[in-house]
Amino acid sequence: MKKQVKFGIGIGVVVLSMAVLAWLGYGESKTYYHTIAELQTLKGADLTHRMRLGGTVQPGSIHRFSGRVDFVLQGEGKTVPISYVGSDPLPDTFVDNSQALVEGRPASDGRFVAEHVQAKCASKYEAAPGGDRSTPSDPTQRSTM
Amino acid sequence: MDVFGSFALVLAFLCAAYAFVGGVAAILTRHPLLIKSARQAGFATCALIFLATGSLVYLFFSDNFSVAYVVSHSNRDLATFYKIAALWSGQEGSLLFWSFLLSIYVFSVLLAYRNKNGELMPYVGVVMAGVQIFFLTLNNFVASPFKVLGTPAANGAFDLVTRTDGNGLNPLLQYPEMVIHPPNLYSGYTGFTIPFAFALAALLARYPGEKWIHLTRKWTMIAWCFQSVGILLGAHWAYAVLGWGGYWGWDPVENASLLPWLTGTAFLHSVMMQEKRGMMKVWNVWLVFTTFMLCILGTMLTRSGVVSSVHAFARSSIGTWFVGFLAVIFLVCFTAYIYNRDYLKSENQLDSVVSRESSFLFNNLVLLVACIAVLSGTLFPVFSEWLSGSRISVGSPFFNKVNIPLGLLLLFLTGVGPLLAWRKTSFDSLKRNFGWPAITGVLAGAVAVILGVREFYAVVCLTLCVFVAVTIGMEFYRGAKVIRARSGASLVASAIDLTMRNTRRYGGYVVHMGMVLIFVGLMGAAFNRDTQKDMQLGSSLQIGPYTLVLQSFDQKAEKNYTAERMIVEVLRDNKPVMMLYPERRIFHGNEPSGTMVAISSSWREDLYVVYAGQNPDTQAPVIHAYLNPLVKWIWFGGAVVVFGTLVALLPNRRAVLVLSGAQQSAAAPPLTQVLNPSMSLREGHD
Repeated sequence: MKKQVKFGIGIGVVVLSMAVLAWLGYGESKTYYHTIAELQTLKGADLTHRMRLGGTVQPGSIHRFSGRVDFVLQGEGKTVPISYVGSDPLPDTFVDNSQALVEGRPASDGRFVAEHVQAKCASKYEAAPGGDRSTPSDPTQRSTM
Repeated sequence: MDVFGSFALVLAFLCAAYAFVGGVAAILTRHPLLIKSARQAGFATCALIFLATGSLVYLFFSDNFSVAYVVSHSNRDLATFYKIAALWSGQEGSLLFWSFLLSIYVFSVLLAYRNKNGELMPYVGVVMAGVQIFFLTLNNFVASPFKVLGTPAANGAFDLVTRTDGNGLNPLLQYPEMVIHPPNLYSGYTGFTIPFAFALAALLARYPGEKWIHLTRKWTMIAWCFQSVGILLGAHWAYAVLGWGGYWGWDPVENASLLPWLTGTAFLHSVMMQEKRGMMKVWNVWLVFTTFMLCILGTMLTRSGVVSSVHAFARSSIGTWFVGFLAVIFLVCFTAYIYNRDYLKSENQLDSVVSRESSFLFNNLVLLVACIAVLSGTLFPVFSEWLSGSRISVGSPFFNKVNIPLGLLLLFLTGVGPLLAWRKTSFDSLKRNFGWPAITGVLAGAVAVILGVREFYAVVCLTLCVFVAVTIGMEFYRGAKVIRARSGASLVASAIDLTMRNTRRYGGYVVHMGMVLIFVGLMGAAFNRDTQKDMQLGSSLQIGPYTLVLQSFDQKAEKNYTAERMIVEVLRDNKPVMMLYPERRIFHGNEPSGTMVAISSSWREDLYVVYAGQNPDTQAPVIHAYLNPLVKWIWFGGAVVVFGTLVALLPNRRAVLVLSGAQQSAAAPPLTQVLNPSMSLREGHD
């Protein structure tokens, strides 16, 4: 029995310490996905989370200031003003009507302060393996079989 | 040709269905003709899939722009090299390519064992046919690559449309790595089907464990090798092409490829426990089942976008099919296990905490915990949505916090495990085997601390890398010395001779050495630096010992893109060292731009320079420079891993004759001893 106890302790130590580290890492990096409509219904502590929003960039809403880029993201008929404050230049794909994913936190004045922006144009290519495919803009497709 | 391809796929589906049903009937009736016909149907399935794939390749080469898949992924200007890559650049083609690679494996297995292992092969054939049926269902009915373009006419008929040119291949995929990375990764994913088929077949047929493990060892290693190469090539592509300065971002798709690699590695190690000591039978069977399910899951994550990836926004319906298939696999495996679990009784028990067995046990524990951590982190958005309604994702800090210590623990076991004796290791042998390695390792760590390295994990990693490298070096040295004493050859020749006498063991050491080199490279990430600056002509940017001076900045129109080019002079100690040419390509039309990273790579560090776009206020070009130490060691280590795997796949020089004799006599217990005649070199090891 003594051997089993030793093994049990060894396994327990590994698993437990990993669980603790996993919990710490989770707390540090968890990010909520929300839709724009959901954002407006969030209350209290939920508004302090780090979160990710997806939507379409409203045409003509991009305004560049020094150290900040403002734009409006729209989706499901709702809109939210975004202030991008990150240090990386915005991707070239970030233009009017592009799909964008922003990551950051809501500010108290109703704006959303984003630290990261990813954007994707309506592309004629399918996405890279690793990405997902967008609907091809071809006419109707039909199988020969 | 599209009609031909479609027909081939439908016929392949029918043949696979026959191979499955006929195979089941053959198992039940034991009729030799049925067994033969099921096997022939298996061959026919593979041949038809080869034909279908060939016809899709032909459609690409003949620029047939009436086929939707060709239009979406190719154009007339596309280089021949990339027309082959276009085959797997989209959903439908990738799935056909999966079937194609699987067919190569299935064909080889059916051919290699057509007159052998009579009682097992019908089961193996049925399992392989089952997997093929699933993918052929997708190829035929869900994501056919042979769909043609057309528009509905006024009378309700369907008019075919032929485009004059295609849309072309995504420029991000037009890199040599992208031509060889997917086939490698997919060969890994599909290759694990073979050990899975043998394991499940052996369980169903109650076939002796050490025999199926012996049969599948080389198949598992081939799949593992492809998977390793695929992962590294993917990392290299991300590093050299995507231009974000790193090679691994814990992206769901990257994680998906890592998961079966982790369990596959665990399986490769834990089967040795079963071969040598008759232990861990249940564990091994479930490991190989899990590995296969993770391969299917990996394909699903890659193809369906269930979890939003860096580049994934939309979702596809194909995931449902994969979830269904996974459920079927699990149910079949579980039922087979419940019915035949008595056949998996362990023959031995663990004897001591300090033994080879326990090192394998902890190796498996570490790999499995890492797998669970990566899996749960990857699927966290999906699970959290089910459980709490909100979609929560976790990022790199989560994965790094768990996997860095686990990786180091694994590295430690890599050094310790192979030198521990089976059953129980004496203190004397510990001292003899680990004295010098431990001393040199600690010394190396101490020197690093004195030189000013303060990153805890980096110091531990360095200590362990030196420790493991010395244990491996000593193993080669000791063995070679014995041979040199007998033959009088040089030490190097003796080491080669030693390796060829027991390729499995010494090839394994070479693989371990490659992993050590990879860890050295990963350790460099602790010292990564980067800086970003708006530049003017002649202005400079300082990173580490380097000064980057912008010498020229211009735009040049090319055939289908405009290149924004920079010429950057690199100075070190005020002396010019080299010129770098980072570039950005703005493709015409509404397409993503491409970053051409300029990398100057040495054993010490990579200087990685990206043209990061223009500052919107000042229109000044922005340089983003990274200094990534030791990255080259990762790619070199990968090459060593592949080399070691190939060595381990070679037959032993002396054991060849003995082996074939042993197989005929089929005497199981002495087999393991006969297999390793050179073991007498050192008692108690391996």
